[in-house]
Amino acid sequence: MKRVVITGAGTINALGHDVAATLEAMREGRCGIGPLKIRDVERLSIQIGGQVHGYDPETHFNRQQISLYDRFTQFTLLAAKEAITQSGLHFEGELASQSGVVLGTAGGGVNTWDENYRTVYEEGKNRVHPFVVPKLMNNAAASHVSMEWNLKGPSFTVATACASSNHAMGQAFHMIRSGMTTAMVTGGSESMLCFGGVKAWEGLRVMSKDACRPFSANRNGMVQGEGAAVFVFEDYDHAKARGAELLAEVIGFAMTSDAADIVMPSKQGAARAISGAIKDAGLNRDAIGYINAHGTGTAANDKTECAAVADVFGHHADKLMISSTKSMHGHLIGGTGAVELLACIMALRDGVVAPTIGYEEADPECALDVVPNVAREARVEAALSNAFAFGGLNAVLALRRV
Amino acid sequence: MPETVRDRVIQIIADQALLDVSDISMDQTLEDLGIDSLGLVESIFAIEETFDIQVPFNANDPKASAFDISSVASIVEAVQKLVADQAK
Repeated sequence: MKRVVITGAGTINALGHDVAATLEAMREGRCGIGPLKIRDVERLSIQIGGQVHGYDPETHFNRQQISLYDRFTQFTLLAAKEAITQSGLHFEGELASQSGVVLGTAGGGVNTWDENYRTVYEEGKNRVHPFVVPKLMNNAAASHVSMEWNLKGPSFTVATACASSNHAMGQAFHMIRSGMTTAMVTGGSESMLCFGGVKAWEGLRVMSKDACRPFSANRNGMVQGEGAAVFVFEDYDHAKARGAELLAEVIGFAMTSDAADIVMPSKQGAARAISGAIKDAGLNRDAIGYINAHGTGTAANDKTECAAVADVFGHHADKLMISSTKSMHGHLIGGTGAVELLACIMALRDGVVAPTIGYEEADPECALDVVPNVAREARVEAALSNAFAFGGLNAVLALRRV
Repeated sequence: MPETVRDRVIQIIADQALLDVSDISMDQTLEDLGIDSLGLVESIFAIEETFDIQVPFNANDPKASAFDISSVASIVEAVQKLVADQAK
């Protein structure tokens, strides 16, 4: 089995337009959630989100590209550029023919659906732009990354709601670990902060109107975010031989299905994924110093997740740190695991654990060290990143310091 | 004669529980009727659509909502109040 390392990272999200800005915001416990600036926001009952601000597509893409790139694709391409540039890899010859891109997204081109439904239903027009389909399809982002960077190996998109990115990165990890490929571009993206995208979530009545406060007793729901994070996963020997900078090592991955309920999480399903990832990594549970929680800020998720962690870790649950960075960047749905992996890398590499901000009141059902409100310096040898999706699909990654 | 708010709410709950209206009694809870959290959110949606009202309800903390869902009677009463408030 090959060892797998991360040699490049890129992102754009509500906290920053690149990795450095995002990690700085996480260190400072800054909140990227604020009033939504979208069309018809006054008709929404939920009017906040972790929106990417100060972003003008025309500074990055030409008119022809914009006609093909939905916002989720634009975010993906920007994050991929940062990650691949950092990795220093040039995809040519054999490396290009083996390497691919596996990305997660739950909704794909939601803005494109939204805008074009308006055109035909609201405005009553009978014609839409010819590129609607290639713009909105869930694999558009993965395909454009492959075209932009000459990635000719296995490429596809994974859609498992809120676990999409973790499932995607798990596939990339497996492909390199098994020796099938040398390098993979992987991560995820989401952009559904538009009228229809927020309206759909409103319907479930699990959204907060004021803030995302994971693990806090007064939490009242999740807040949506948007953006992307993309990584270069690479065979350790290959990366080492070319003198690449190693950000972290991916050492384990596990997936489980609750097989129980379409929205309510299950403690057993989550616990099996967490313990499975630790086992796959060949670690003792005591080795885990930090968990980036799924931590959505809903009543159901947070207490179930804490119970699962307590079950898996026993006494060690009281010693490890677990934080939810969704409190800062919001829930990026299919892209969330990718942005959250950045917090794991920061913990392992920089020794800084991102906080759970908005934490106001202890909840006996979430009695773990949630790193409340202020980032913490700590040496972390191994970390987990949890993702538990609607539909009961769970995916947990394990990483190690290199 | 138009149906009362009470009749229409009970009809919505009965539809959700896949029961006959005659099988619903006012002191029953949603749990008694086999209506889970998704069923509840769907019932509230149906109530909002039927009466053209906004029901204040957050699934994260049903008890904190002004809308009392502890029994069929409490739901009927809460809807009657919302409908009356709207008429003002």
